[in-house]
Amino acid sequence: MSQKQKMDLNSAEHNAQVVDTARRRFLGQAAGATAVIAPGITLMTIANAEASSEGASSAKRWGMLIDTNRCEEGCKDCVIACQQENGWGIGSTDESLSNSRQKAQWIRTVTVRDTDTGHTNQLPMMCQHCEHPPCVDVCPTGASMKRADGIVLVDKHICIGCRYCMMACPYKARSFIHESMHDQKSHAPRGKGTVESCTMCVHRVDRGDQPACVESCDKGAMMFGDLNDPNSEISKKLATVSSTQIRADLGTSPGVRYSGI
Amino acid sequence: MKRVVYSGIEGRSLGYWGLMGVLGLFILMAAGSFFFMEHSGHHATGMDNQIVWGIPHVFAIFLIVAASGALNVASISSVFNQKIYKPLARMSAILALTLLAGGLAVLVLDLGRADRLVVAMTSYNFKSIFAWNIYLYTGFFVIVLTYLWTMFDPAMHKYTRTAGTAAFLWRLALTTGTGSIFGFLSARQGYDAAVMAPMFIIMSFAFGKAIFMILLIGTYRYTERSMSADLIMRLKNLFGVFVAAVLYFTVVFHITNLYAAEHSGFERFILIEGGIFTMLFWGVQVFLGGIVPLILIYHSAFSHNYRALIVASVLVILGGIAQVYGIVIGGQAYPLVLFPGKEVSSSFNDGVISSYTPSLPEVLLGLGGVALAIALFLFAIKVLRLVPDNLNAEHTENSSDVPC
Repeated sequence: MSQKQKMDLNSAEHNAQVVDTARRRFLGQAAGATAVIAPGITLMTIANAEASSEGASSAKRWGMLIDTNRCEEGCKDCVIACQQENGWGIGSTDESLSNSRQKAQWIRTVTVRDTDTGHTNQLPMMCQHCEHPPCVDVCPTGASMKRADGIVLVDKHICIGCRYCMMACPYKARSFIHESMHDQKSHAPRGKGTVESCTMCVHRVDRGDQPACVESCDKGAMMFGDLNDPNSEISKKLATVSSTQIRADLGTSPGVRYSGI
Repeated sequence: MKRVVYSGIEGRSLGYWGLMGVLGLFILMAAGSFFFMEHSGHHATGMDNQIVWGIPHVFAIFLIVAASGALNVASISSVFNQKIYKPLARMSAILALTLLAGGLAVLVLDLGRADRLVVAMTSYNFKSIFAWNIYLYTGFFVIVLTYLWTMFDPAMHKYTRTAGTAAFLWRLALTTGTGSIFGFLSARQGYDAAVMAPMFIIMSFAFGKAIFMILLIGTYRYTERSMSADLIMRLKNLFGVFVAAVLYFTVVFHITNLYAAEHSGFERFILIEGGIFTMLFWGVQVFLGGIVPLILIYHSAFSHNYRALIVASVLVILGGIAQVYGIVIGGQAYPLVLFPGKEVSSSFNDGVISSYTPSLPEVLLGLGGVALAIALFLFAIKVLRLVPDNLNAEHTENSSDVPC
């Protein structure tokens, strides 16, 4: 690339930044001004939005380690915490028309029994936030997507409700919404005719908190952290204990790992 | 040698309008079902988080698969230069289009957000076989319409063979895409098989041919046009080969699964312990939809018997619907294997064989797709010159003036 071309590009980038900054300032002022004229919630939110919010970074990979030896049979603390945090299941007035097989379950406890020995484990099962998620591969519109930090989400705006991701998910982690929703949390939108699943409490993670299920588990069976950071607690633990990926044979490389099974 | 003359059917009889009226009623009921399900949500259906694709998908996939197969007669005439089939190419092509239209209508009306169809046209994930299929389906319409144009317009006749070849290759890709929707699902015991793509192609040959035979013979009988026995014999023999080939692929698919220990549970389910699925497999798909039609086609007692051929075609269609039902619903009813070799249980029906009872609106939506496909075909053969006036031997044996 010639020096002139580089200069042109630099100049173009500079101009774009100037325009972008000016545009942001204008939008901020406009939103603020509008909020004064007509103080609606949405406009106030725009006016107060953090201008410096960063996108997800591929430097991190959020994951979990679940110690099934500490997961007590019959305990459903993680499930209840998820329900309360994200507004599904018990406590939600939604999905009153759907039958038990149609109701959404973002996280569930699964009892695993070795048919040869009779040994049983209980473990929480949710979206495994795969590195190579089949749901993302098959989604025709790109609504199923993986953030740079490894969290797998559904973009509710472009999900057409084809359910192919549910066919493709090896973990049965996704649910379809079979009726209109009225009682939703602002951070966990849900909509009739779209698919949803565990978001790894992305709204909490983005503000530096842990997912609700992990926080609720007082048995210490669930650990959350950055799998890419060798100094994180979860990476250190994974380096010392034997852990398992569910259906590792499929090569999805889940972000949720299990020990004790 | 005589020139083949095409005309539209008269379409003024009580029978024609009566049939169109019945089909219209089914289309109206399907429209009502769609609005009902769209308004209520899918809780009003038999579908749930275990069986996510229900009877509408069975009809949609059957029609889409049959659509590409319906083009077969045209392909054989244009690509393989079989002159005897050339007069039938127009009907074959138009049926392919109407069946695809019926199938796609059901598919999109069963979406959770059918109102967002435009999103499926504007937002693509090119890694998705579903997204490829959107191109394959729309491309099929464009190519087959072009193919029809080359057959209608004398100035375009010289391109008919090229267009026919393009349509043939496209339809192979289309059905490969439909089969791969299932074949690519590596996590499910009932799918995860590359053989599903060629199996769907051969299924399309048989299903499409069965529908074509019924509509062809029906049209000729009710419009009192004549048809050579030789043509019917050749269509019949080819049909028999396709029906046998479907059975062959079915055997290969299940033998392969039986050989792989990880799939043995699914095979035991479908072949022995699956209740309705086992009954549909052996009773409807294999026996009624495969063995009986082969007897009706090849046994000397039924040669030159049009009625036996119609019965065979109806049975192949029923067997085909049973086969697609077994693939779509049976494949989902068998639980995902989360921990191979271990038993699992949960509040979310893990480790449990799921059951499915379709609701009336779902069935009506699926039947509406079939009705739409047939009604569009009957309308097309009335308003367009698609049907040869005469299919006697002198018109079909050396029809060199018909575009290939």
